[in-house]
Amino acid sequence: MAHPLIAWALALLQTLLFIASAPLLAGWIKCVRCVLQNRASPSVLQPYRDLGKLFRKKVVLAEEASWLFRSTPYIVLGTMILAAAVIPLVTVRLPTDAIADVIVLVGFLALGRFFLALAGLDIGTSFGGMGSSREMMVASLAEPAMLMAVFTLSMTASSTNLSTAMHYLLQSGLVLRPAFVFTAAGLMMVAIAETGRLPVDNPATHLELTMIHEGMILEYSGRHLALMEWASEIKLMIYAVLIADIFLPWGIATRFTAWALVMGVVAIGAKLALLVVLLAVIESGLAKMRLFRVPEFLNLAFLLCLLGLLSHIILEVGI
Amino acid sequence: MVAVGLYTQAIRMLAALVLFTSFALLAQTRMAALIRLFAWQGALLAVTTALVALVTHQPRLYLSALLTLGLKALLIPWFLNRLVIRLELQHETEDLRGNAMVLLGAAALTVFSYYVVMPIVELSTLVTRNVIAVSLAIVLLGMLLIIVRRKAVTQVVGFMCMENGLFFAAVVSTYGMPMVVELGVAFDVLVASILFGVFFLHLRDSIDSLDVDRLNRLREADE
Amino acid sequence: MADPNLTEGTVLTLALAYLAVASALLSALVALATDRYPVVFKITSFVLLGAAGISAVAAGVMNLLSGKIHTAQLGLGLPWLAWHLRLDPLSGFFMAVTGIVVLAVAFYGPAYVRQYQHGPQPLSVLGFFTGLFVAGMLLVLMADDAFLFLVAWELMSLSSYFLVTYQHQYASNRRAGYLYLLMAEISALLILLAFGVLAQFSHSFAFHAMRHAQVPPFWATTAFVLAFLGFGLKAGLIPFHAWLPEAHPVAPSHISALMSGLMLKIAVYGLIRFSYGLLAHIRWEWGLVLLLMGTASALWGVLYALMQHDLKRLLAYHSVENIGIIFMGLGLSMIFIGTGHPVLGVLGLIAALYHTLNHALFKSLLFLGSGAILMRTHEGDLEHMGGLIRRMPQTAFLFLIGCLSISALPPFNGFVSEWLTFQSALQVSVLSNAVLRAIIPVTAALLALTGALAATCFVKVYGVAFLGRARTRRIRHAREVHWSMRLAMGTLALLCLLFGVLPTVTIRVLGSVTKLLLHRGLPSASVHGWLWLTPVSAGVASYSAPLVVFGLLLALGIGYVLLHPRMSSGAIRRVSAWDCGFGALSTRMQYTATAFSMPIRRIFNPVWLVDESTTVHMDPREPLRVASVEYQLHIGDRFWPMLYEPVSRWVLSAARYVSRIQTGRVRTYLAYSFVTLLVLLWLIR
Repeated sequence: MAHPLIAWALALLQTLLFIASAPLLAGWIKCVRCVLQNRASPSVLQPYRDLGKLFRKKVVLAEEASWLFRSTPYIVLGTMILAAAVIPLVTVRLPTDAIADVIVLVGFLALGRFFLALAGLDIGTSFGGMGSSREMMVASLAEPAMLMAVFTLSMTASSTNLSTAMHYLLQSGLVLRPAFVFTAAGLMMVAIAETGRLPVDNPATHLELTMIHEGMILEYSGRHLALMEWASEIKLMIYAVLIADIFLPWGIATRFTAWALVMGVVAIGAKLALLVVLLAVIESGLAKMRLFRVPEFLNLAFLLCLLGLLSHIILEVGI
Repeated sequence: MVAVGLYTQAIRMLAALVLFTSFALLAQTRMAALIRLFAWQGALLAVTTALVALVTHQPRLYLSALLTLGLKALLIPWFLNRLVIRLELQHETEDLRGNAMVLLGAAALTVFSYYVVMPIVELSTLVTRNVIAVSLAIVLLGMLLIIVRRKAVTQVVGFMCMENGLFFAAVVSTYGMPMVVELGVAFDVLVASILFGVFFLHLRDSIDSLDVDRLNRLREADE
Repeated sequence: MADPNLTEGTVLTLALAYLAVASALLSALVALATDRYPVVFKITSFVLLGAAGISAVAAGVMNLLSGKIHTAQLGLGLPWLAWHLRLDPLSGFFMAVTGIVVLAVAFYGPAYVRQYQHGPQPLSVLGFFTGLFVAGMLLVLMADDAFLFLVAWELMSLSSYFLVTYQHQYASNRRAGYLYLLMAEISALLILLAFGVLAQFSHSFAFHAMRHAQVPPFWATTAFVLAFLGFGLKAGLIPFHAWLPEAHPVAPSHISALMSGLMLKIAVYGLIRFSYGLLAHIRWEWGLVLLLMGTASALWGVLYALMQHDLKRLLAYHSVENIGIIFMGLGLSMIFIGTGHPVLGVLGLIAALYHTLNHALFKSLLFLGSGAILMRTHEGDLEHMGGLIRRMPQTAFLFLIGCLSISALPPFNGFVSEWLTFQSALQVSVLSNAVLRAIIPVTAALLALTGALAATCFVKVYGVAFLGRARTRRIRHAREVHWSMRLAMGTLALLCLLFGVLPTVTIRVLGSVTKLLLHRGLPSASVHGWLWLTPVSAGVASYSAPLVVFGLLLALGIGYVLLHPRMSSGAIRRVSAWDCGFGALSTRMQYTATAFSMPIRRIFNPVWLVDESTTVHMDPREPLRVASVEYQLHIGDRFWPMLYEPVSRWVLSAARYVSRIQTGRVRTYLAYSFVTLLVLLWLIR
């Protein structure tokens, strides 16, 4: 174990890397989608330019906006940064990993969502309310599925601590776990729903009747909007890293040597790039669902996670 | 966790996938997709049987695997598919209200079958003993499929699904039935599927629908 | 049975407890005496109530910290059965919880009851029964024999009945009160029977005799079932919850806080006392029943809460939910104890106790907040509110903290107890029973669903009531409430945050309760210092609430400093909200509470009795033009037609059958007496 100060510094660096590379991931997914749809793609760095532009712009605020509306972007970004801080990205066994386990992580995401939904209602327009109502509906169905997936993981590794669980998975080597196949599929679906991707929500739409996430942040502008956009990019990254961490933990650094850390960065970069290609393929192949098909989609996710848990109990618990 | 060999892991994985196809059958509403899923289940079953044969060195089981593949993954689905096309049911869907409850019930049945076979599993020394619960669950889910659906084709699939479960149980609990029995059952299933086909045609001719709930019209009391 | 080693601590703790009960009773009497002088009443009665709260907190905390058992006997009551009193850490914990809420209510009360001053009912009635109610609750906690327990229990139930029907000019209040009284009496009857079963083996009504009684398993289970039904009825567990959403909303809001925040907890106390304290061997089957009933209550409660748009009714349904969560913790604890894993049993019990404390805090806070709105606007319906964050900013902030806490969001207190419940549910791998291993994670997932739905519900509550624009004139002219009311809410809100941030300290203190009941604490929880909460071990799970708060503040602070520009380019321009070019937005275009919960209503439709109708009125002059659309929605509770109505029909028909003996003829009655006489003579032969 390294000196605690070095460990904390590494944790801070990892968090900074996490939030700084989130727009890159969003840019990459846009690129891949464009390629898949035979369109000329913008630069991978486009999200950074968008954020920069928004930060420089003036804020226009509705007359009705209360302090809650103005502080929500900071709170949402804060919760996302906090969530990013406790997820192992490059290396496991950082001191920040112990601050919160996976259940607390789900709690952070819920906290951010709570404020986001409130901000949607603050101005008093129908779009905001519509977005909030739908977002909370999707979230309340996705959260049990997500926790079910988390339970399967934590029962396998007998820990809800992400870092410890990953360590366990790394040590047990390559084991075919039917539970993980189902859980991975379920968690992917949850991630798609929670990050507002197709077929649940279309991140590129501003069509009134279909939007969920965009509806809530419709009244934001300037730096507030930039914070919101950045937060949702971090959220996408959180889910992607979570899936990569749990189901493909190989490559992450387990010691604090320079070589291991560099390998860790390369490994997570490669895994994320691949995952995002998969996500882009899924998105390009599917059409947006009707809102009331979304519960069916999430039901299936829940069922997959439940099957994962059951097959863990039935097939994997050593007899 | 007890360290287990790669083959055993693979068998468990396949068993889980077979179970998943059973759940998917319960969730699927379109006829054509239903039959395709059923074919997949047969194929997975065949692969599992072949793996069990490999692990336990029972060459006899290869033959069963081949039989399963030919019959349940190819022949019967092909036959059912042809029937569906002939009856113009490809795009037929079933109204599935409250299907979430059915699926949760299916999960409960899985737990129940695990509970039921626990004593057997504790006694058994076979490498496949963990999978016995799955096979029982497949039988029960097949029955559930027959109960909750109305269309005759789905019910036939449910029936075949039950047979799949029984076969699976035989493979994993005693490494297969005697060949004579197995051949007999296979022949029975084949004949049954043909009989069902004939039955469908007559059913449609006489009541103009394949909705088995309509059969209650045949009750004398109503006349 | 005077304690032989009567120490100074015993005397002090008991004296404080007596003082609490005495001040509550005195507050009741003073209220009667100052009938004519409302100003004097408001000061003295509530000061005495506050004194009761402070002494209850002091007694409870002292007891919790010392972990000692204090007993005493008072020469009151029946001639052959003196009142046995006992203060142990369990009752100390509940006494402290009671004290906190009573104290807050005492701050809140004087300004709040001003609105009843010129009402048709005298204030003295309210004050009298409030005092009796609090005294009753405190006495239940101190009772050490079944007789005193039931007397205090009835005192609590009856006085709260009068509080529920305080504004009895409304028929709905009378109906709610009647239902409440009926359920409370059935509950008391069942509890009486449960004690009766135990007394049969202990040959005494004193609890210390019951503790050492040898009860055969069958009778123990019978007693447990009776107690579970009795206390479950009073706690508002599904399907016995029907009285709760009727009775809690109609009482004055500070009384609702006492009832929802405290009285339900007294029922939880009763069940813990009965099953952990009096029955020696806990069986896992009991735990399974509790777990399943708790899960059902939690889910059912939150789903029904989502459909309400009366704020206090909605909060009452949330009490059903939270009681369910508490019972889940208890159920897990009993399952682990019954299968021989006492350490995990301690974890489950601590989760349940922690949630009890938390629910008392945030539910009182929310009820007090809704009282503040009600007082200033006379509006209880969410659909008429809106934009209160601008009219009542401080109340709005405090209410937000209550919403965050009840929605189980970190770093507030509700999250910690739900997290502990999850952690204890995740330890199922130690169980050998396969079905339990499968059921418990599923119930935990349902708990997650409950939490997410609760968050949805409170987004709705807060968004519709406090955000957006005012929907009615009364809301538009609302004013902030008196500082004493804000102080009461602020205290509770601060405690919500504190108990969320310092779980390790709380759990260490709660250890003395589990040491009493299960002979062990949970030292592993705080083994890594106050900063780290590690319920089982550091490897299994850890949570550091102080660091979470620190991190959040750090992220917020840095974000604000870096991103908040100080130049003129950062100036904010205020314009009216985008209206799609159709002209000004009206307040009726806002999302309503009903609209907000519509997706959920559609998904879980079979849960409710939904009666929905849309009528389109055409313009009589222009046949193709729609003049107006009328939408009606009524959400009914499924348990009424499923359980209550059949039972009441059955009771009525039975009564009708029995009433045949009432012929009205004198000779028939004489014949009854004659037959009775004959039977008696035969019996005593």
